[in-house]
Amino acid sequence: MNIHEYQGKSILKSFGVAIQEGLVADTPQEAVEVAKKLHEQTGTGWFVVKAQIHAGGRGKGEVKETGSRGVVLAKGLDKVEDIAAGILGGTLVTAQTGEAGKMVNKVLIAQDVYYPGESEPAEYYMSVLLDRASGKHIIMYSPDGGVNIEEVAEKTPERIFKEEIDPMLGLQGFQMRRVAFNLGLSGQAFKQMSKFVASLYKAFLGCDASMFEINPVLKTSDDKIIAVDSKVTLDGNALYRHKDYAEMRDKTEEDATEVEADEAGLNFVNLDGNVGCMVNGAGLAMATMDIIKLSGGEPANFLDVGGTADAARVEKAFRIILKDTSVKAILVNIFGGIVRCDRVAQGIVDAYKNIGDIPVPIIVRLQGTNAKEAKQLIEDSGLEVHSVILLQEAADKVKDVLGA
Amino acid sequence: MSILVNKDSKVIVQGFTGGEGTFHAGQMIEYGTGVVGGVTPGKGGQEHLGKPVFNTVEDAVKETGADVSIIFVPPAFAADAILEAADAGIKVIVTITEGIPVNDMVKVKAYVDQRDCTLIGPNCPGIITAGEAKIGIMPGFIFTPGRVGIVSKSGTLTYEAVDQITKAGLGQSTAIGIGGDPIIGTTTLEAIQLFMADDDTDGIIMIGEIGGDLEVKAARWIKENATKPVVGFIAGETAPVGRTMGHAGAIVSGAEESAQAKKKIMRECGIHVVDSPAQIGAKMAELLK
Repeated sequence: MNIHEYQGKSILKSFGVAIQEGLVADTPQEAVEVAKKLHEQTGTGWFVVKAQIHAGGRGKGEVKETGSRGVVLAKGLDKVEDIAAGILGGTLVTAQTGEAGKMVNKVLIAQDVYYPGESEPAEYYMSVLLDRASGKHIIMYSPDGGVNIEEVAEKTPERIFKEEIDPMLGLQGFQMRRVAFNLGLSGQAFKQMSKFVASLYKAFLGCDASMFEINPVLKTSDDKIIAVDSKVTLDGNALYRHKDYAEMRDKTEEDATEVEADEAGLNFVNLDGNVGCMVNGAGLAMATMDIIKLSGGEPANFLDVGGTADAARVEKAFRIILKDTSVKAILVNIFGGIVRCDRVAQGIVDAYKNIGDIPVPIIVRLQGTNAKEAKQLIEDSGLEVHSVILLQEAADKVKDVLGA
Repeated sequence: MSILVNKDSKVIVQGFTGGEGTFHAGQMIEYGTGVVGGVTPGKGGQEHLGKPVFNTVEDAVKETGADVSIIFVPPAFAADAILEAADAGIKVIVTITEGIPVNDMVKVKAYVDQRDCTLIGPNCPGIITAGEAKIGIMPGFIFTPGRVGIVSKSGTLTYEAVDQITKAGLGQSTAIGIGGDPIIGTTTLEAIQLFMADDDTDGIIMIGEIGGDLEVKAARWIKENATKPVVGFIAGETAPVGRTMGHAGAIVSGAEESAQAKKKIMRECGIHVVDSPAQIGAKMAELLK
């Protein structure tokens, strides 16, 4: 589950990670109020106004309606309201949002941390994630922060370092020191970085994250080490341990149809194609999408109805697929193991009746437990459904239907 | 003699008396699997499905000599159940449970790797040696004893392959569903190595999907060591980058993790890759002719 920068920072802070302080606002007026409060709390005279959306590249992104950037420095309290007004309610387009952009409902008013001082500020990159190949967590970091890390990885891979953490031992002192040394730090900043890394990993485990990306980690001019941005992804499977984090989910950031499907217990991903599909099992669902493509179509969705595909679910799945008006045909592919095909077939017949008119051809492939009974049931219903048993037949039928 | 499990396997069911455990244990017994009992903490001493219930895996092992366990425990308690089985000396631990937190599995994997045992799953359909032992949730009736080994990340796609193999006039030695989570026990490579060494397996079907590098690692080993034909399929050629497709591990996040990239590497390593999942059985039949 993805969360906003301000939510991620609040989690980090709760585990003792030093962050760029800030307060969140829904309106330009509230932005001014929280800026005042932030001034009282931190003494900051300048403020960074940051659009809160689930996508990166905000600083270089542009708000369609106003031309404002997604992250803007307000050099004084009197500038905050106008700047916030230029971002809030607008559609922010960044390299990661696609052309449609994302609506900005909240801004984070953050303290200015790039103040002048005794040493030169420096930006680093740091992330914590699972290395699937080893099954261990790694801390990945680079002295080149504040920039696109993929570019660093491509052009100067030697400037990306990794620290692998032994699950039995946890993060060790020498590893924290190695991070600080590799980032070229000494003195107070060195100590602060060791502490930062320790608390960051503690937070990662403590909140059951699946990924942290802090870009940049800043060394301030007075040698503090703080997280200026936070991209935090939480493990959805661990949310039962963190009820408060579960509430951080912002459904407005997600595809509305996907949210609806999720609430109905369907695993659904919206795609751009013209053939909808309904399948049991994730692997078979992906394979069915591939079959659609091989038959000359493009999959309009991924949809796993799960192991208990009953009539109600099948109907809901049809309704969700049919929301997409570019769908020209629907392929139902069920391999009944525990799921009985005749029950699914009954669900299809019922769905047809309840929905009334399904304006596109449906190809139903039911195989496995009670497949013959299912085929019979569909044929007896008199519905205009193409019923097949073999996967190859289903593929051929998709081709026929699209060609017609 | 097939791989990992057979007619002599002594199987216990963890989460025996729960809804899932009861249903699937019943199906396993019906298939002829050597289920010798089950574990539900607090219900030790009772009888369920005609088999003894134990409080701990340790008790079950002591009393029955069990060497295989299948886990139907809910996600919040599943990691603990795996550790308990490993601690008690179970040799093959099959974990069906879907939705175990990844950080739990990081610790479990590290512990299991140090023990003399094989973990299958989690989030998998289990393992079956056709006609001998079904330790999982797959529909038993589609399997026919034969000489094709199957390793797959997906449940229903495995059934699809099994069905095609049977319809092609062949049968299966063992089919193993390794699961679609980011961290799993037995890998594609380990299953392939077992099949290559198995006298009862003539050909191997390897079904993968987008995400991770398990298929690529297996392919590179196959290139150097294969003694039997391998048919491969990778699901998710049409999946968009950066989206999770149902299985927690099915997400393209690196260049070698897409279906296209995996298939290319697999072909270069001598694997007979089919683009259509409908051609898996036919391809194997052609190779074994």
